Amino acid sequence: MAKRSVVPFGPQHPVLPEPIHLDLVLEDEVVVEAVPSIGYVHRGLETLVKKKDYNEMVYVTERICGICSFMHGMGYCNAVENIMNVEVPDRAKYLRTIWCEMSRLHSHLLWLGLLADAFGFEALFMHSWRLREKILDMFEISTGGRVIFSVNKIGGVLKDMPADMLKNFVQILDGMEKELRETTNIFLNDYTVKSRMVGVGILSPEDALKRGAVGPMMRASGYAIDMRKTGYAAYGDLDFEIITSNDCDCYARCQVRIGEIFQSIDIIRQAAAKIPDGEIAAAVKGNPDGEFFMRVEQPRGEAFYYVRANGTKFLDRMRVRTPTFANLPAMLQTLKGAQYADVPILILTIDPCISCTER
Amino acid sequence: MSSIMSFTGMALKNLFSKPATIQYPEQPKVYPERTRGHVEINIDDCIFCGMCMRNCPPRAIKVDRASGTWEIMRFDCVQCGYCVNGCPKKCLSIVPGYTEPQMKKEADRFVKPPAPKAEKPAEQKQAGGQKNA
Ligand code: SF4
Ligand code: SF4
Repeated sequence: MAKRSVVPFGPQHPVLPEPIHLDLVLEDEVVVEAVPSIGYVHRGLETLVKKKDYNEMVYVTERICGICSFMHGMGYCNAVENIMNVEVPDRAKYLRTIWCEMSRLHSHLLWLGLLADAFGFEALFMHSWRLREKILDMFEISTGGRVIFSVNKIGGVLKDMPADMLKNFVQILDGMEKELRETTNIFLNDYTVKSRMVGVGILSPEDALKRGAVGPMMRASGYAIDMRKTGYAAYGDLDFEIITSNDCDCYARCQVRIGEIFQSIDIIRQAAAKIPDGEIAAAVKGNPDGEFFMRVEQPRGEAFYYVRANGTKFLDRMRVRTPTFANLPAMLQTLKGAQYADVPILILTIDPCISCTER
Repeated sequence: MSSIMSFTGMALKNLFSKPATIQYPEQPKVYPERTRGHVEINIDDCIFCGMCMRNCPPRAIKVDRASGTWEIMRFDCVQCGYCVNGCPKKCLSIVPGYTEPQMKKEADRFVKPPAPKAEKPAEQKQAGGQKNA
């Protein structure tokens, strides 16, 4: 038997955008086991329910993550709205859908960039992020923020997108599509890129299920699971197919995410065409009393929000299960038997968001 | 099918295209009008009800009805806009222009003129000297 050695990986590592620590047990160059430890960026956001009332919590939940901040805020609002039986106006639902899909777009572009960076393709990294910048600009124009949007409130949204703004956005996306094809084609077809991804990090469908993977991780192992199909926001009115792949490797996950980029553009187009006129927020009276589980599909997978309220303005409990947390066991599975040189790519393949995980 | 040198086309195009970045700071960044840069107050309309103080999630605002002052800790404010939405007199607004670095964390103080026809007091300074406001 080869000699075993333990190599610490992280919390500070060039490939990691956020701190997570792994102890990699190696036999020669092969990883036999990976032991994760998290907790470097724990902020105790869930406990803040004791100090911030349920309206202020919208702004707290937004800050769980800097990438899916809109969806975090929305998921929480949805949960409280369901407890209070607030009917959100249709226009607000559509606006939420558009912002959700813009979040997905920029998140997947961010991930593509980080992936390119992980295998050392710096120019491709720059290009992915250059494209992402346009989405961030769109966010700034429509919400006033590039990272934290603060447009959600219990009962609807705070800002409207006028028709000319929507038209402009659709035009920008139309223009971006060609560039996106060019860039994503490199990810999908380039020899060098493929040599790093094809057949690497296989997560068999059984393992994916057993380890409770979510999002693109699950879909790349052949399961058509997507919370958007539950029809929250305006997804019930829009037409889209769940993108899956049966290859189960890093390449498949990249393929799924790239497919979702174009799907998001399509969903935004549909929503912009169908958006009804009307109010953007419903009036909310009183305090919530009851509990609710809300499940939303974030770029990284399914997140859920559990809210329990007691009739006062302070909630009893707010619990968030983020997709990265659910994907960590699957990631550890893919690390087993992997080459040491592939570890960065395997970690990135789940699109880790550590701050989300630790809240 | 995989291809070698698939990036060449893009690389060549880049060589001859305009840079994607702007030459900051020579060329200033133009913010869209909705940018949440900092909170501004029209102190003349404020009735010192304290709604903004109670609403503000990071408790960045202090309102004192007795002395007629409204204070904001610019570096505590997270630009969420909750105070703006809750103000009954609509005298708060959130406008472009980020708070500039300062040596000391100090509150920005606004005082309402005591008499109805008095001129604007000297303390009322332009919020933090922002660019682009
Ligand atoms: S909520 Fe408006 S009126 Fe009331 S104290 Fe604040 S700024 Fe003044
Ligand atoms: S914008 Fe938000 S953080 Fe800033 S003063 Fe208003 S309520 Fe407080």
